[in-house]
Amino acid sequence: MLFMILRRIGSGVVVLVTVACLTFVLLYASSSNIARNILGDQATPEALAAKEAELGLDQPLLTRLADWWAHALRGDFGRSWFTNEQVFSAIASRLPVTLVMVFASIILIALVAAVLGMLAAVRRGWVDRLVQIGAVLGSALPGFIIGVFLVWVFAIQLRLFPPISKITPNAGLNLWVLSLTLPVIALVINGVASAAQQIRSAFIRQLELDYVRTLRSRGITEREILFRHVLRSAAPAGLTVLSLQFISLLGGVVIIESIFAIAGMGRLAVEATTKSDLPLVMGVVVYTVVIVIVVNLLVDILNGWLNPKVRVS
Amino acid sequence: MTEVTPNVAQSAGQAGVVVRASTWHRLVRNPMGLTALVILGVIVLIAVLAPLVAPGDPNFADIGNVLAGPGGGSWLGTDSAGRDIASRLVYGAQVTLLSAALAAAVAIAIGLPAGLLAGYYGGTFDGLANWTTNILLALPSMVVLLAVRAAIGPSTWIAMVVFGVLLSPGYYRLTRTAVQSVRNELYVDAARVSGLSDGRIIARHIFSVVRAPIIIQTAMVCGVAISIQSALEFLGLGDPMVPTWGVMVADGFRNIYRAPLTLVWPSAAIAVTIAAFVLLGNALRDSLEDLEKVKEKRARPVGPAARRAVPPVAVESGTEHHLLKVTGLGIGYPQPGGGRKTVVDGVSFHVDRNEVLGIVGESGSGKTQTAFAILGLLPDNAIVTGGAIQFDGVYTVAPDDDHVHQDRLAPLRGKRISYIPQEPMSNLDPAFTVGSQLTRPMVRILGITKAAARDRALNLLASVGIPEPQRTYDAYPHEISGGMAQRVLIAGAISCEPDLIIADEPTTALDVTVQAEVLDVLRELQSRLGLGIVVVTHNFGVVADICDRVVVMQNGRLVEEGPVRAILRSPQDPYTKVLLASMLENKPPMTPLLTEEKLSPLLTEDELVQAEESLELTT
Repeated sequence: MLFMILRRIGSGVVVLVTVACLTFVLLYASSSNIARNILGDQATPEALAAKEAELGLDQPLLTRLADWWAHALRGDFGRSWFTNEQVFSAIASRLPVTLVMVFASIILIALVAAVLGMLAAVRRGWVDRLVQIGAVLGSALPGFIIGVFLVWVFAIQLRLFPPISKITPNAGLNLWVLSLTLPVIALVINGVASAAQQIRSAFIRQLELDYVRTLRSRGITEREILFRHVLRSAAPAGLTVLSLQFISLLGGVVIIESIFAIAGMGRLAVEATTKSDLPLVMGVVVYTVVIVIVVNLLVDILNGWLNPKVRVS
Repeated sequence: MTEVTPNVAQSAGQAGVVVRASTWHRLVRNPMGLTALVILGVIVLIAVLAPLVAPGDPNFADIGNVLAGPGGGSWLGTDSAGRDIASRLVYGAQVTLLSAALAAAVAIAIGLPAGLLAGYYGGTFDGLANWTTNILLALPSMVVLLAVRAAIGPSTWIAMVVFGVLLSPGYYRLTRTAVQSVRNELYVDAARVSGLSDGRIIARHIFSVVRAPIIIQTAMVCGVAISIQSALEFLGLGDPMVPTWGVMVADGFRNIYRAPLTLVWPSAAIAVTIAAFVLLGNALRDSLEDLEKVKEKRARPVGPAARRAVPPVAVESGTEHHLLKVTGLGIGYPQPGGGRKTVVDGVSFHVDRNEVLGIVGESGSGKTQTAFAILGLLPDNAIVTGGAIQFDGVYTVAPDDDHVHQDRLAPLRGKRISYIPQEPMSNLDPAFTVGSQLTRPMVRILGITKAAARDRALNLLASVGIPEPQRTYDAYPHEISGGMAQRVLIAGAISCEPDLIIADEPTTALDVTVQAEVLDVLRELQSRLGLGIVVVTHNFGVVADICDRVVVMQNGRLVEEGPVRAILRSPQDPYTKVLLASMLENKPPMTPLLTEEKLSPLLTEDELVQAEESLELTT
């Protein structure tokens, strides 16, 4: 078990280094007009050259990469080219609200999708059909359209929720939760649709296994078979589904934060992208990859703990 | 009794001969598939004929006429820059479809060959490809696309190429799994032995296996690509000069208070197009899944009536003394397209206390189905087509039941009727220890404490010949051998002191030496506890070893019944004679295949050369 965890951490570090290096090269390889982007079209050649020297753009790419790593390892991801804000503090101030939304969403997805998937697998019949139709509809609607229509119906027409969520937790917990409700719903719908369907098939696969029949032959009740045995065996598949959902949520918040004007990491990413604020883009990519790696590691540990073959050895 | 409608026979014939044509037919007959195809057809037509269909120039801005409602100069009104919405929708279809096609094409171009190579050859390439796949799957696509946009600038096409790369793992995994599963199939081996080159084998045998899943995946991928492409445009990260649905949604969203309708048109266009792709994918999958269980609609009582206990039906008097009596039992399964396949037909036999009955037959003879009917463990879609089963003077399947009523059988299962399965390892839950799987039923059924159940389980393990009961008790199923696992299952079957044990091929999965020991255990328990046992087997050796009486089944029917000695010595039915003759024991050894005079070479030198030349020609 310990060996497994160490190996996963090792491979996570390799992934992080690979992705960071590739992203850096991609971002900075075509740095010819970065200085002009920052200073505008009126800048003189001398000013441009000075700016390039200031940003270190006159150095070879590999030198800059090494330089970035030397700073990054000390927690210094540079400064934004436009606001001069520390990349680290820019991200640190935006990350909490994003993580709150993502974790609230993944918990909701896990609960709702598990209940729907189990019901569909066990009851079959009309419940199953309903879940299947819901899954098709839910996966057919892109998150941003769901978000836009939630705003239109619930915030503008019915006035039940604020249309934008510039509220911080300081304004009072109630208001804050209220302001994040629509964004979380918009995030959850796609995830529930696809996760419920996958959890359903994981359950059906388990229910068809031989040992379930043998448990029935021993006089164990359906309820106990379902909640003690099948739920346990289907859990690894469910966790894998959820870890993939988590990754797509990190992409989904980019759009949802823009719709609801939430000052989170996703909106920061869009702003940095539109302005080609490369240090900030780099920082966002690295933080996202770190979050994904940590979550995947947790899922692996949980899966290992659920599987006696891994746990016992 | 077998009710096969002509329709079934016909469609079965079609499936066997022209698979592709029938898949296409089923897709078009499926209302979901047809709708999706029609919608996509219309959208493609609109996109291709955009210059003819569009009422005007999508980029012509009439500043004097912004956010106009439908009607008047333009069908659907104008946007915030006074551009005609209908024209922009029509041209937006072009970008949308092209970007979906581009992403899918890139994903296939990378994923398919990589999957074929990794699946077929394995090795280093496989490891490398898996590693790359894991990295690609660990990245949120949106964040990658943002980084690409920041580096290269706004371009829908570059974004879609990159997105195609991010989608390629889906195709890679699909192809790799499919190839791995057929790589070692006999027909691929045969092709290899007959000298076909790897390229030809991949093209001819393996590509045909992955074709269908790839088409389904592509339908889904197109939907996802449209979703992400419009999202990028919506965020304002696309080329502002290109009319796209995403940009239109963004424009409508900015003017949501003044003209919400401008939001509705492009959103509907996106949703309908994606839904059509998703529906098409689902319909394709449905039309390819022939093997899915077909469930016959039966008038099931709904509501409180469903929960009401079925009334007990009195058994025929004079038969109560039989422990188990099966009378004219028939079991069938509904078939795709209507009709039923009968697997057990008019089977009757009985078992008394202290008696071992063997049910013998080949696989497919209906013996296991009969056993499951006695236990009430038939699959959901099984239909009891006739007959009855009574246990200890009470019907468990009454003469008019069309399926097994669980409330008749649930109280008996585990307590009075128990089951020894065929395959020991797959019949233990891998996530629980042997001990917990043994004690749970005892606590539930006998109502004893956990500690008492534990002592009992240890005794049981000892009594079925397990040398170190405590160690096995604490072990997980993967830590014990198949023979031990089968003993554990036998211990589980007798743990609640049943009257009847149904043993389904209890020794088939075991080594020959272990087989004899397991049968010894069963026989000893039977005589000690006075059990009735039904042994389902295809092996007359097992029958001779343990059974008192035997019934022989063939194709769902009972062909012969009698005491073991009588049947072994003088079988009456020709099928029984064939089964007995196929036994290996007590047969004279076969004569050697090659006798002295036949040891000369099979082919002459010249013939060998000829054969080699013809082989080279084919490659």
